[in-house]
Amino acid sequence: MRRHVAAIVVGAAVIVAGVLLARLKVNPYIYFAGYVILQYVVIATAWNILGGYAGYVNFGTSAFFAMGAYTAVVLIQWTRAPLAVLIVAAGLVSGLLGLGIGYLTLRLRGVFFSIATLALSIVLQTMIINWEYVGGSRGLSVIRPSGAPFGNYVVFLFTVMTGLAVTAVVVARFIERSWVGRGLAALRDNEEAAECMGVPTLRLKLFATTVSGVLLGIAGAPFPYYVTFVEPNSAFALDYAVDALAMPMIGGTTTWIGPVIGAALLGSAQQLATVTISSELSLLLVGVVLVAFVVLAPEGILGLVRRLRGR
Amino acid sequence: MVAGLLLGGFYAAVSLGVSLIFGLLDIANIAQPAFLVLGSYAAYVANADYGLDPILVGIALTPLFYVLGAVVYRVYYGSFERRGEESLRGLVFFFGLLFIIEVSLSLKFGVDYRLAQASYLGQSFEIAGIGIAFRYLVPCLVGLGMTLALYLFLGRTFYGRAILAVSQDQGALRLMGANPVRVKTIAFGIGIAASALAGALLVVITPVIPSTDRDYIGRMFAITVLGGMGSIGGTLVAALILGVAESLMATFFGPSWSLAVSFGLLLIVLAVRPAGLFGR
Repeated sequence: MRRHVAAIVVGAAVIVAGVLLARLKVNPYIYFAGYVILQYVVIATAWNILGGYAGYVNFGTSAFFAMGAYTAVVLIQWTRAPLAVLIVAAGLVSGLLGLGIGYLTLRLRGVFFSIATLALSIVLQTMIINWEYVGGSRGLSVIRPSGAPFGNYVVFLFTVMTGLAVTAVVVARFIERSWVGRGLAALRDNEEAAECMGVPTLRLKLFATTVSGVLLGIAGAPFPYYVTFVEPNSAFALDYAVDALAMPMIGGTTTWIGPVIGAALLGSAQQLATVTISSELSLLLVGVVLVAFVVLAPEGILGLVRRLRGR
Repeated sequence: MVAGLLLGGFYAAVSLGVSLIFGLLDIANIAQPAFLVLGSYAAYVANADYGLDPILVGIALTPLFYVLGAVVYRVYYGSFERRGEESLRGLVFFFGLLFIIEVSLSLKFGVDYRLAQASYLGQSFEIAGIGIAFRYLVPCLVGLGMTLALYLFLGRTFYGRAILAVSQDQGALRLMGANPVRVKTIAFGIGIAASALAGALLVVITPVIPSTDRDYIGRMFAITVLGGMGSIGGTLVAALILGVAESLMATFFGPSWSLAVSFGLLLIVLAVRPAGLFGR
């Protein structure tokens, strides 16, 4: 219990640091890039709860993210609801979607589950493209609310995302250390054996898919205000699915710190490559690093560190 | 309806590689559609720069793609299958490969639509009042030819039977004195080569951009699963069903919905009858 308190204190300290950083008037690009990296911390952590802990590979990360973003768009169009409401609603919608995906795991395991999530992502994208209210395929401009805290809206979003990232990491850490995490690890290694030992596999899987969905949804909620122009191709971009997979794989999938390390490293590298070379090349970087890591260092950076220490 | 059947013949060509690699070898090669698009671009370049016939180029390129496929399988085998980690990490490996091919193509060629040209492709003829364009007929016929060829190869030749055997019982094959890794390398190479040739057909039918591969992930796997994993005849039937369903959907609801057909079908089949129509 004391360790959890310590984790929450550390988390709070990170949020305070984020707020202080927002007070400092450094180069505005820092906030712009920092937001993206923090967003990836949330996405990678959320993916890892299902993919790393439970061993179910989700290729439809962008579907959950975009559902969060489009829930926000609908609410902005309809009532101009405040950001906090958007985040909660996005979490609910994507969480429900996660619950639905969880029931799919009853019939589908391994590859079939992964393909089904990819299929889900494409079906949802088609529905959004054909839904004129949220802009259809042409997209929709979103106007940021005036009078933002901290003077600048991007800075405000940066602070919000810091909070979301800390929340996601604390949740992931809590799951990992509790009996839920041990149960998920058991079903990752052998689902039948876990079931026989009395692990409530269905309930655990539903829990993992739902939590993962909620976190991906809240990561998407501030997205419309961040980009101010939402269109299906960018919200449903395959990049999110690849990044969500690559980051935990690079960091290490079995612990909460792995996705954070991966997101920080790969996210920063991507931002640097985007600025200095081109955004296309930064995507290529992700693909190459991902393949290199799964082939050469299957346990990620954490695994490498562990191996070096062991010797 | 006729257009759908013609489309279906082409879809059969597209799905043969997946049927072989995923259906028979149980290797979830998500990168398959990327090889398809790679084949499209190879045929396009030869067609646009040298004026060669795209389909003949596709056939000529199959040995090259066979070698490429064999190399990919060797890397996959050495990194994952031998260690017994094929499911999760192998999947990620292929997903990364798909992404690398797609992004490399868009770096090289940009995101403009590309289409192959040949003198006979613009023509069409009429049977009983239904116009049939060569642009669709030729890929359909080639697709049917490929399906027949693969069917005969698997049933009649030594290596074909070895591939069927490796899908049933690897250990037994090893006891019979054959090397399962070698047989799988051959099968994987053929699968990739088939996809590349299908890619040449694709660039004949419709304009291609690097991200076209995403549209075909769903179609390929929907057809393979619906047809029953690894059944060549089932693949053809499923391809025809999907082709007809997609063209009906495009007629009645608009073309933007046709993509959802394959994925919707896939979700339904996976949820209701994962073994497919002609499942083992």
